Amino acid sequence: MKMERHAHARALPKAPTGIEGLDEITGGGLPKGRPTLICGGPGCGKTLLACEFLVRGATQFDEPGAFISFEETGEELAQNVRSLGFDLDALIEDKKLAIDYVRVERAEIAESGEYDLEGLFLRLGLAIDSVGAKRIVLDTIESLFGGFTNDALLRSELRRLFRYLKDRGVTALITGERGERTFTRQGLEEYVSDCVILLDHRVIDQVSTRRLRIVKYRGTTHGTNEYPFLIDEAGFSVLPLSGLQLDHAVSDERVSSGIPGLDEMLDGKGYYRGSSILVAGTAGTGKTSVATHFAHETARRGERCLYLAFEESPQQLIRNMHSIGVDLEPFVKKGLLRIHSSRPTLHGLEMHLVQIHKMVAEFEPAAVVVDPVSNFIDSSSAIEAQAMLMRLIDFLKGKQITALLTHLTSGGRAAEATDIGVSSIIDTWLLVRDFETGDERTRGLYVLKSRGMPHSKQIREFVITSRGVQLNTMKDRKK
Amino acid sequence: MISANSASAEKWNLRLYTAGQSPKSLAALANLKRVCDEHLAGRYTIEVVDLLKNPRLAKDDQIVAIPTLVRKLPEPLRRLVGDLSDTERTLVGLQLRPRS
Repeated sequence: MKMERHAHARALPKAPTGIEGLDEITGGGLPKGRPTLICGGPGCGKTLLACEFLVRGATQFDEPGAFISFEETGEELAQNVRSLGFDLDALIEDKKLAIDYVRVERAEIAESGEYDLEGLFLRLGLAIDSVGAKRIVLDTIESLFGGFTNDALLRSELRRLFRYLKDRGVTALITGERGERTFTRQGLEEYVSDCVILLDHRVIDQVSTRRLRIVKYRGTTHGTNEYPFLIDEAGFSVLPLSGLQLDHAVSDERVSSGIPGLDEMLDGKGYYRGSSILVAGTAGTGKTSVATHFAHETARRGERCLYLAFEESPQQLIRNMHSIGVDLEPFVKKGLLRIHSSRPTLHGLEMHLVQIHKMVAEFEPAAVVVDPVSNFIDSSSAIEAQAMLMRLIDFLKGKQITALLTHLTSGGRAAEATDIGVSSIIDTWLLVRDFETGDERTRGLYVLKSRGMPHSKQIREFVITSRGVQLNTMKDRKK
Repeated sequence: MISANSASAEKWNLRLYTAGQSPKSLAALANLKRVCDEHLAGRYTIEVVDLLKNPRLAKDDQIVAIPTLVRKLPEPLRRLVGDLSDTERTLVGLQLRPRS
């Protein structure tokens, strides 16, 4: 008996939100049949999150929902979420969603003697019954405090309300405005003790960042980090910055670097599929050329490659590479190569990560090139950049995607120094730099490390010709 | 005086929203009748709407608190929530200040 209760407590039933990432960090969704509090400042996305919870519940999990809105009318609400692709009117038509706009205006209400909120309870019951709702949203119930003067009464009614929702067995999502010292202005967290999620929208160095944190989740281990999230045309997505796991599937398959001389240096076979490659060097040493050779080779094999260019536009990259004999354009046209350019400072670091996640999920590439990753350091602190790169590589490895990153090392520093401290997560590390040999300077490439293969210890002369990058052994050179 | 005279000719149409026979609802009705008999004798009607029987009206008429009294006539529409036990507030709320 005792055992049974224990097992039951462990398997806390969850109501999946269907929101990308959120189910992952909550271990399956919100507590089923219980209230969850979503709090945050104005414009942080509370209403959208609540709305998406209902829409996905109705469309993906066969759980109809009721939206009790204290701030917007049904029409306003429908209009606001239309841009996210949610058609509330159709859901209402299909009896999968009920919306009730509860208007409370103190100016319109005079009080005399005792009252209760039975009218509100009846409306909740009606909304739930009309569609057989399994989920309900109250957005935002604190508006009641603006409409009625008797705080003590409101508080006891709120207590009764949350008990009522639990008795009805609906998974409830309550929104609340962030207070100065409390999570919500009216201290709703006192009533909703099962799960509290905090949304935050802040601007750091002129870059806007949205973050989500699970403050509390009774009976569930949950991530305690702040997770960045994105609101775009597909709705909400939370980026799970999962702990680094070292249990990725490992491939023995090798993929060509696209440069014969480089393949030779790497045990004659090239990179491992699903490994991470760093091409480091000072400015203008040809890192992008090494990267595009790989992208070209990937596409030539008929595999998709995502190229994230943070310094050049796609046209510029295509033109420049064409001049050294790497013709990317046909593969772009065939849809095998996708070049995505953006400025690293345009979004916060983690927004980039969210976007990369989304692009990878959609495009399903076999290889991803980030050129260069060093630019991220400009847009954030080193620790954040490092954390982000680790997450990115971790994510790509988990999907068996080969990742090639270029990294600009600044002149003064030792070339081997790991500005971003990613050494531990890089499998193959190539370095391009100028060498002094006798009385002249030559550009050379060498393999600093390459896990799991006997690699060359040579320094090869790095020459960019009209037919691409050539790596000559120093012996060849002397001939 | 003129306004008082014209006011005294007006018909009053009141609607009281209740939820079953709760003590507050019963008190509200009794208090309302007392006030009306005193100030509006012979020219008022009270319609009691039991929302337990017709919850839909709570939504349609924007009722949150129970009991809620709505003065439908004379215009403008007035709302008053509570069991109406505070006679002074009830009179003010209904704009029915007694002439002394």
